[in-house]
Amino acid sequence: MASVITRVKQKQIVQLIAKGKRLDGRGLMDYREIKVEQGIIERAEGSARVLLGRTEVMVGIKIEIGQPFPDTPNEGVLTVNAELVPLASSTFEPGPPDENSIEIARVVDRGIRESKAIDLEKLCIEPGKKVFVVFVDVYVLNHDGNLIDASALATLAALLNTKMFNYEIDEGEVKIKSGHTPLPMRRHPITVTFAKINDKLVVDPWLEEEQVMDTRLSMAIDDDGNICAIQKGGSGYFAPEEVLEVAKIAREKAEEMHKKIEL
Amino acid sequence: MSQKTEKLIDKKGLRLDGRKPDELRPIKIEVGILSNADGSAYIEHGKNKILAAVFGPKELHPKHLALPDRMVLRCRYHMAPFSVQERKSPAPSRREIELSKVIREALEPSIFLEYYPRTGIDVFVEVLQADGGTRCASITAASLALADAGIPMRDLVVACAAGKVDDTIVLDLMDTEDKIGTADVPAALMPNLNAITLLQMDGILTSEEFEKALNLTLEGCRKIYTMQKEALKAKYVSVKEVEE
Amino acid sequence: MPTSFERRQLVIPGDLIAEGEYIAGENAYAEGNKIYASRIGMVEYENKKVTVVALRAFYIPRVGDMVIGTIVEVGFNGWIVNINAPYEALLRASDVLSRPFKPQKDELSQVLEIGDLVVAKIVAYDRAHNPQLAVDEPGLGKITRGQIVKITPTKIPRLIGRKGSMISMIKQETGCQIILGLNGVILITGKNLEDEELAIMAIHKVEEESHTSGLTDRVAQMLKEEKAKREEIKNESEN
Repeated sequence: MASVITRVKQKQIVQLIAKGKRLDGRGLMDYREIKVEQGIIERAEGSARVLLGRTEVMVGIKIEIGQPFPDTPNEGVLTVNAELVPLASSTFEPGPPDENSIEIARVVDRGIRESKAIDLEKLCIEPGKKVFVVFVDVYVLNHDGNLIDASALATLAALLNTKMFNYEIDEGEVKIKSGHTPLPMRRHPITVTFAKINDKLVVDPWLEEEQVMDTRLSMAIDDDGNICAIQKGGSGYFAPEEVLEVAKIAREKAEEMHKKIEL
Repeated sequence: MSQKTEKLIDKKGLRLDGRKPDELRPIKIEVGILSNADGSAYIEHGKNKILAAVFGPKELHPKHLALPDRMVLRCRYHMAPFSVQERKSPAPSRREIELSKVIREALEPSIFLEYYPRTGIDVFVEVLQADGGTRCASITAASLALADAGIPMRDLVVACAAGKVDDTIVLDLMDTEDKIGTADVPAALMPNLNAITLLQMDGILTSEEFEKALNLTLEGCRKIYTMQKEALKAKYVSVKEVEE
Repeated sequence: MPTSFERRQLVIPGDLIAEGEYIAGENAYAEGNKIYASRIGMVEYENKKVTVVALRAFYIPRVGDMVIGTIVEVGFNGWIVNINAPYEALLRASDVLSRPFKPQKDELSQVLEIGDLVVAKIVAYDRAHNPQLAVDEPGLGKITRGQIVKITPTKIPRLIGRKGSMISMIKQETGCQIILGLNGVILITGKNLEDEELAIMAIHKVEEESHTSGLTDRVAQMLKEEKAKREEIKNESEN
């Protein structure tokens, strides 16, 4: 029964953090162990599985042909959906996406979209009529905290693994040719999430830290250290100085992550 | 033809609606305008027209939603079908669901939830007309509605957005600037406690630009707070008379 | 020790009222050594205690309060009563029936049914339990006639007046029986509808002008004028 955390443990976590340590031995600014696997679902055009500590997220990419949005007739379409699958946690109920899965999907989407990670213009087949639509489906398989970072990383890995079929236009119809082209990726945004616990900031909160935290702040950083998405989540608040400190550390952690994870 | 070549700031440094980069749109606020709600407020911020209503504290039904040691805050942000250029379906969109969540999380820290356990407060926000910055105006109005309902609070919550348009950091984006600009940073603030309860960003900003935008939006928040306070007091000043 | 507001000044939630060695009273809270307002109202100082007299607040149940409520549900061993508060109140059958009680739902609805009004007293209430009502004193029980008026609970004391002066005057001028529930619900029973209307007018006037002085006299004046007007109209229609 993972949903209720005992008071004793709550106190333990808070007291340790006040001393600069965490229950699992990490430093306040350390990530858990990260494992990334790509190409695990052959039927998908792209896929990846990320293990962040014990949090497990799988992302599948499907490419289809569809219509562009009216205000971006020359660009392909990106759409991100997240499912908090019931088997991932005793707190997830079956049903349509709730506010938590919608938030994860939209934050991941923002990081990819605003950083212009995908060269959407290269996905244009016929301006105003036909473009490639990239369906990103985030599947949370085990919830042990920090679903946002795990989902964002799995999404990035899956997109980098994605291959689109080659095509030619024959009499206005799209005909599939042999061969594949990798999805044109220009940037590699990394999302870093912080939890605030009793006025201390920690990176990559795991489930029990999330249960005691006051609030959290996620920032997506691109390859050049620019910020491309921010989302404060949960109740609670930040002082302006804390926000700027998070921005500074997020950029450092994103750089570290780029070097560590070779995608 | 990409719209991105349209200039949002002209040679004189003025924006499409004639404002300077650090200027707010005109704001009008009224408190206590709905007779059935326990508390209510109406805000016009630029072309935004938003109504906020509060019901509660009251017993939560179904009962299993109640918490034994505190109040539960529920929030619904909803846009009327006629509020935007192209009619919007009345069914809640993913955006409305996300905004309902972040607005609730922006208001929660301001309420003394522990005072009335096992009860609930419902906050309803209806956007009657939208022109960029609706989540911010919604928070400003909802916070007044909560105070109008007599809910005990630590502070009011006021919200504002800043962003980047044509390489300039500007305050209070309207819809066109939001769509064509390169960044949007909405934030909500408890002004007396200097506590940020909502913070989001989409776009791209360097860390220096972000710091500038953050400071600008907090400044905007404090300016709107003066108007928020006035609107709240205006309802009661006529009730109270200097006498004795 | 600095205070930022004077007595009877209007404050809103978040206003910093005082700093230093003060303690927070009702509708105010302390953060460090600063006292802030938590509701809209007027500041009052009592030595070192800072209170805000709320202009807008809902009724918080208190043991000993007499309240007027509506039956909203008939349960198996009692009734659930809406007393215009965040919590519904419970009226146990054993506190109402004068004989041992057998739990059959039908029996209860013959005594009190949904929609009935009751005047009751709060006999128990704490953080973990809903308020409990009793009707075992004279003057309490089911209401069979009269009109109900609701006002903000914080204005009831003003309606009572100093030593009951305001409410006694209204009762006298209108000839009505008036029961003031501390939850802001008022029962008016008069000899006829017109008298009850007069009383309702007076109550609304008090609610609107509760912060002015000389109110008792002005309300009395208004009632006299209204009664005179009605006499005139009656005389005219008889001629």
